[in-house]
Amino acid sequence: MKPFYQHELEDLRTKLILIGEKANEAARLAIDGFLEDDLSKLNQAISLDDAIDELEVEIDQASVRYITLRSPVSSDVRFILVAIKASHDLERAGDEAHNIALRAKNILNQGGRSGNTMIIKQMSQLTCLMMKDAITALVEKDLELAHAVIQRDKEVNALHKENFKILTIGSADDSETSTSFQKVFISKSIERIADHAKNLAEEVIYLLK
Amino acid sequence: MSTSNPSQTTSGGTPIIKIRNFDFAYGDAQALFDINMDINAKEVTAFIGPSGCGKSTFLRCFNRMNDLIDIARIKAGEIKISDINIYDKNVDAIELRKHVGMVFQKSNPFPKSIYDNIAYGLRIQGVKKKSELDEVVERCLRDAALWDEVKDRLSESALGMSGGQQQRLCIARALAVRPEILLMDEPCSALDPIATAKVEELIHELKKDYTIVIVTHSMQQAARVSDRTAFFYLGKLIEYGQTDQIFMNPRDPQTEAYISGRFG
Repeated sequence: MKPFYQHELEDLRTKLILIGEKANEAARLAIDGFLEDDLSKLNQAISLDDAIDELEVEIDQASVRYITLRSPVSSDVRFILVAIKASHDLERAGDEAHNIALRAKNILNQGGRSGNTMIIKQMSQLTCLMMKDAITALVEKDLELAHAVIQRDKEVNALHKENFKILTIGSADDSETSTSFQKVFISKSIERIADHAKNLAEEVIYLLK
Repeated sequence: MSTSNPSQTTSGGTPIIKIRNFDFAYGDAQALFDINMDINAKEVTAFIGPSGCGKSTFLRCFNRMNDLIDIARIKAGEIKISDINIYDKNVDAIELRKHVGMVFQKSNPFPKSIYDNIAYGLRIQGVKKKSELDEVVERCLRDAALWDEVKDRLSESALGMSGGQQQRLCIARALAVRPEILLMDEPCSALDPIATAKVEELIHELKKDYTIVIVTHSMQQAARVSDRTAFFYLGKLIEYGQTDQIFMNPRDPQTEAYISGRFG
């Protein structure tokens, strides 16, 4: 017998999926905007930030309300805790996407271009896939997929280290040095998004185990 | 203890019960002090508070059950239901109780068949037609989410039912005379968790058609089933508001202390 307030948990799950989709979309738009020097995509990524922040607050409030009024136990409690932690991770991933978009805009505003971005391209493909799969693992309760997400984080970390070495080699040209610095931060932000995707996957494992 | 007791009205609903400056006493012992509140139609309102705080006494004022106690008296104020002062000398208490039904802590089915328990009130009202009685019995048992469990044994004694079924039968019996308001005095205190969940589910369903006022010692139950909660202490209404607000962000420190178990 499902209690009459069961729909409140379903609503919470829907909100969690929505914040995941929005954070993923923000990351994809910011990275694509950077790689393609596309101002429109960068602005779209920036505009998603408020909606993501609002969803995190809504999830937080709905979780506290459910704990207070419904006295949840067992898997319901675990789900609520995961909702709070996961929404925080997704909000932070959204913040990183926002940072990427702002830095990419700076590069464009200073007349720079993304240039040779092979490693960042590889990192971003892996990271966006990690985000997507972590959300899918949550929605479909897929333990195996959650484990796979965690494994991929190491690849992103290695790529970021490699990128860092390349980008921090000094250049005689000041504007190029500035662009390189921005790229280091962008690389770091992508690596952080992957970390948040990894955290989300770990939370899914906690929920399902 | 705050001594002020401002009028505590509801927002966003239609009040059906209005209580103003209500003082009530058993002999010389005053049990309720200057209660002011509105109770909305088709909502569940929960009364919470420690034993002896006056919540059951207050509930029993709504259908004048306290008239049966010799020393009980209203010292001041009024209770209006649908804008009629229920303590007006022209109001018949028996007639009032048709509009304001009650379910008690311990289920109290009559030692009769399941069918006769439901039909009892209607027969007293003079309804004799079997088809009409059949229709009401089925409607009430369905409304009380009991029909599927008992439809094949309506002629069996109600005393053979489980405790949870008996309590839902009492709710069905209260519904038979189509009351507008249903008072529940700790309706689940004698039930196990499964039976409690069924009654809570039933309360949630019934509020579509009825106004429900419930006294409960279980704060979790008040939080789960009610739209609004009133906290009483030593005969005074300390705080009244939306259940979300009372449990998540109470304004009075005493409410906070009580709901978080730090009372006393």
